[in-house]
Amino acid sequence: MMRLLFAVISGGLFGAGLLVSGMVDTARVQGWLDIFGAWDPTLAFVMGGAIIPMAIAWRIAARRSTAVLGGAMPPPSVPEFDRGLILGSVMFGAGWGLVGLCPGPALASALFNGTGGLVFLAAMIGAMVATPALSRALPSLKEPAWTFAR
Amino acid sequence: MLATEWIMGLIGGLMIGAAGAVFLLMNGRVMGASGIIGGLVDGSGAQRWRESIRFVAGLVLVPALLVWTLGPVDTRLTDNLPLIAVAGVLVGIGTRLANGCTSGHGVCGISRMSWRGIVATVVYIMAGGLAVVVARHWLGAI
Repeated sequence: MMRLLFAVISGGLFGAGLLVSGMVDTARVQGWLDIFGAWDPTLAFVMGGAIIPMAIAWRIAARRSTAVLGGAMPPPSVPEFDRGLILGSVMFGAGWGLVGLCPGPALASALFNGTGGLVFLAAMIGAMVATPALSRALPSLKEPAWTFAR
Repeated sequence: MLATEWIMGLIGGLMIGAAGAVFLLMNGRVMGASGIIGGLVDGSGAQRWRESIRFVAGLVLVPALLVWTLGPVDTRLTDNLPLIAVAGVLVGIGTRLANGCTSGHGVCGISRMSWRGIVATVVYIMAGGLAVVVARHWLGAI
C-alpha cells in the first residue's frame, strides 16, 4: 500500500516538475536543440536542477542494502555499450527533435495536448510493444557497439 | 522574461529530481519514463505493474489537474500528424533499444555517473540537434 502511494507521489511530482519547468512546451525543447536558431537554454537548467537531488539520492542509496519500503536497490550500472544503446539513442534523439516530445512530457501532457499528443502516445506505445520482436529478429543489436584494439 | 523561465526550469528540475529520489529511496526503482511505460506494455515489467501503473497515473493526472485548475499552458505541438506518428515510432523503438530516455539515462544515469547514461545522453542530444537543424533549417519541414 505504501509502495503504491509513493509511486503515485513520485509520478505526480515528476509530472508537476515537467509542467513547472516548461518541458511540456515542445517549442522550448526544440529551441534548446536548435543551436543554429534562437537558442533556449531552459532545458540545461531543468537537467542541472534534476541531477542535484538525484545525485544525493544515489549517494544515500549506496549506503543502504534495501529501499525504505523494502526490496533491493537497482543493480550497479555496468559500462557495456551494445549497438542497441547507440542505435536506439540515435532513433530516440531524432524523434525527440522532430516534434519536441520525449516519453515523460508526452505522458504528462496526454490530457491537454490535443489529437497530436494522443497520436504520439499511440505511435510510441505501439512501437514499444513491437520492439521485443524487433530485438529478437536483430540479435546483432546485443553485440558491443565497438571493440577496443588490444 | 527569459531569466524567469530559467528559474522556473531550475525549480521544475529540482521537483523532477526529488521525484526520482523518492522513487529510488522509497521504492528502490529508477525513475525512467520509457522503462516504466515500456515495461507495462511489453510485459517485461509485469511483476512491478501495480507500482508502475500508479506512477503513470500520477504522471498523467497531476499535470492535467494543475492545468484544469490553474489555467492552460502552451505545448505548441505541431499539427503535422504524420510527422508526429513517425516521431512517436522513433521514440518508442529508440528508447526501448537504448533502455532509457531523458529521465532514465539523462537524469538518473548522469547523476550516478553511469557511463551508459552519459554516452546515451550525448548521442540522443546530438541526434536531436541534428534532426532539428536538418528538418528546420535545411528542409524547412518543422
